[in-house]
Amino acid sequence: MHNPQLNAHGELTHLLSIDGLPRDVLVHILDTASSFLEVSDRDVKKVPLLRGKSVFNLFFENSTRTRTTFEIAAKRLSADVINLDVARSSTAKGETLLDTVDNLVSMHADMFVVRHASSGAPYLIADHLRRTGRDDVHVVNAGDGRHAHPTQGLLDMYTIRHFKKDFSGLKVAIVGDILHSRVARSDIQALGALGAAEVRAVGPRTLLPTDIEQMGARVFYDLREGVRDCDVVIMLRLQNERMNGALLPSAKEYFRSYGLTPEVLALARPDAIVMHPGPMNRGVEIDSEVADGPQAVILSQVTFGIAVRMAVMSILAGN
Amino acid sequence: MQEQSIHIKGGRLIDPRNSIDAQADVFVANGVVCAVGDAPLGFAADSTIDAAGCIVCPGLVDLSARLTNLDAELLAAVAGGVTSVACPPDTKPPLDEHSLVERLVQRSESIGLARVFPVGALTQQLAGEKLAEMAGLSRAGCIAFSQATRPIFDTQILFRAMQYAATFGFAIRLQPQDHYLALNGVAHDGEVASRLGLAAIPVCAETLAISTALHLARETGVRLHLSKISSAAGIALIREAREGGVKVTCDVAIHHLHLSETDVGYFDSHARFDPPLRASSDRAALRAAVAEGVAAVCSDHTPVDEDGKQLPFAEATPGAVGLELLLPLVCKWAAEDGVPLAAAIARVTSDPAVALGVDAGSLGVGQRADICVFDPEEPWCVRPEALHSQGKNTPFLGWELSGRVRTTLVGGRVVFSI
Repeated sequence: MHNPQLNAHGELTHLLSIDGLPRDVLVHILDTASSFLEVSDRDVKKVPLLRGKSVFNLFFENSTRTRTTFEIAAKRLSADVINLDVARSSTAKGETLLDTVDNLVSMHADMFVVRHASSGAPYLIADHLRRTGRDDVHVVNAGDGRHAHPTQGLLDMYTIRHFKKDFSGLKVAIVGDILHSRVARSDIQALGALGAAEVRAVGPRTLLPTDIEQMGARVFYDLREGVRDCDVVIMLRLQNERMNGALLPSAKEYFRSYGLTPEVLALARPDAIVMHPGPMNRGVEIDSEVADGPQAVILSQVTFGIAVRMAVMSILAGN
Repeated sequence: MQEQSIHIKGGRLIDPRNSIDAQADVFVANGVVCAVGDAPLGFAADSTIDAAGCIVCPGLVDLSARLTNLDAELLAAVAGGVTSVACPPDTKPPLDEHSLVERLVQRSESIGLARVFPVGALTQQLAGEKLAEMAGLSRAGCIAFSQATRPIFDTQILFRAMQYAATFGFAIRLQPQDHYLALNGVAHDGEVASRLGLAAIPVCAETLAISTALHLARETGVRLHLSKISSAAGIALIREAREGGVKVTCDVAIHHLHLSETDVGYFDSHARFDPPLRASSDRAALRAAVAEGVAAVCSDHTPVDEDGKQLPFAEATPGAVGLELLLPLVCKWAAEDGVPLAAAIARVTSDPAVALGVDAGSLGVGQRADICVFDPEEPWCVRPEALHSQGKNTPFLGWELSGRVRTTLVGGRVVFSI
């Protein structure tokens, strides 16, 4: 089956998922991001790579944080950025997703950054653009349902590479609500493609997807066992609506079983780093002492995120 | 109108009910089969159908087809060799009133293509709360009662519905799926749904509902038909119950014989089905069960317009058109699995007729002349313009299939020919 993210020359034309992307494509994005990192330290934080291009932030699901980082990244590339709060406008008036897309294409959009509550929505848009002969318009998935959050996955890889230099031999634990997490799926796939030695999925059975082993993850129900000897611990955010109900009895009980405390972290390798995609629930999935401690690299992730998103947008625009 | 005398000449007759698979001519007069093999004394054919190189079989009996646009879908039926169609009650409004059923039967009779056998609503408005007027619906033409895809939450109501239906000898059809276990689910709970982040429907949603239905059927003695079985575990439960003497029949939708969870690909909404496409091991078990005759095959024909499919996977309307694909896809399965063609044809003619309890699916002398003549070798490509149905939604678009219907007779009249 043809991977809809790649063009006939195997170049990245959309970024929809990490799934199926070859290692060299991922490494190229990370290397390009390195070159953009210093742009943010300049007095004039801009490069002209996307001058004259229009980037539409198409957020069907609210997210100030991710949208802002995409906006900053696009602006640093000198693109014109248009933020559409579709959650509150067009769709509320009954317009379909693809009608919205057609309208924006007519306004000469060059790139869509899409966030949607339904898994696969960016694929639908990319497929529609192909069928309507608009292969020149690029789609970046900024998070679709539980499926993928590829730029988050890439910035996590950037962070790991920055601190650990090399993926081979690394043991990485991903802890928490993996079932509902698009970040976890993208991380597992990226770590697999980049050759991490072991990826662990840690959580209660109610929050682990069926057959997650098929994606290359080793399952642990016990946090201590899952974290033991790891080089990287990625904590996932536990959404409020999952805390009390049939998935988990309470946030308090969750923290007791799966919260990352200094005592648990001590079981990992001494130089282990702690990551979190944000926003954190202190005292639910992570203890403040860990979140603010020397092993946490959570704020570095945010900084690298802008460089990674610049890299993705500039590569897509060039292909 | 006076029916013509028709001589269907030179074909290979496959009539599973009467255990015939041989070169034999078929003679039709007064709407019925009047002879097989040699012409009856004094038979003068008004017309002759040249069936050389073709298979002559009973018109197909489809256990489940949604007839959204009656004219178009009944034409699609006969174009696919289907002469009897059972339609589920989840129409708008649902088939819970005898006047609606009478109107449907009258309209389909006046169209004069495939025969329509309405399945009535088991409960009023399909709400799963109050029993529908089954006796009245039966008099209006309903041949069974069902909830289509709607749940009955309260098992006591299901129990009572079965008791009531059993009183009058009515059949009940259920699409077994536990509502809560399947809630919000759109794909099989397996590797693909996990990778794509799609909310999943576990196999136990099906097996739990099958177990419940079988227990209640055993208790009430109702004639039970379970539709669209999708899992190996589900079919195993039904096989075991049949061996234990429960009066249960079942069917499998044609897409479940050919596709599996991996056909969802990159969120292809044409592969969104209810119940979902399951693992390849499930597909293998379904194929084996159909080969053995444990399950019949239905088209589960569901026309969906473009708008209903041009949506993210979870929001897309489930279902595919199948009336015109049922026969070639059954032939394809038979060829792939080395199943004799006569057995394969039984799964879409005599077996579903028995499950429905209707007089169809047989070409014995004196039987209604509902006949399909098809060329088993003729290749064709599934393209939107090749389909008569108003819906063009099918995951089989682009497939090269063998088997094309040449002529379809309903009640001794030619209603379709190419």
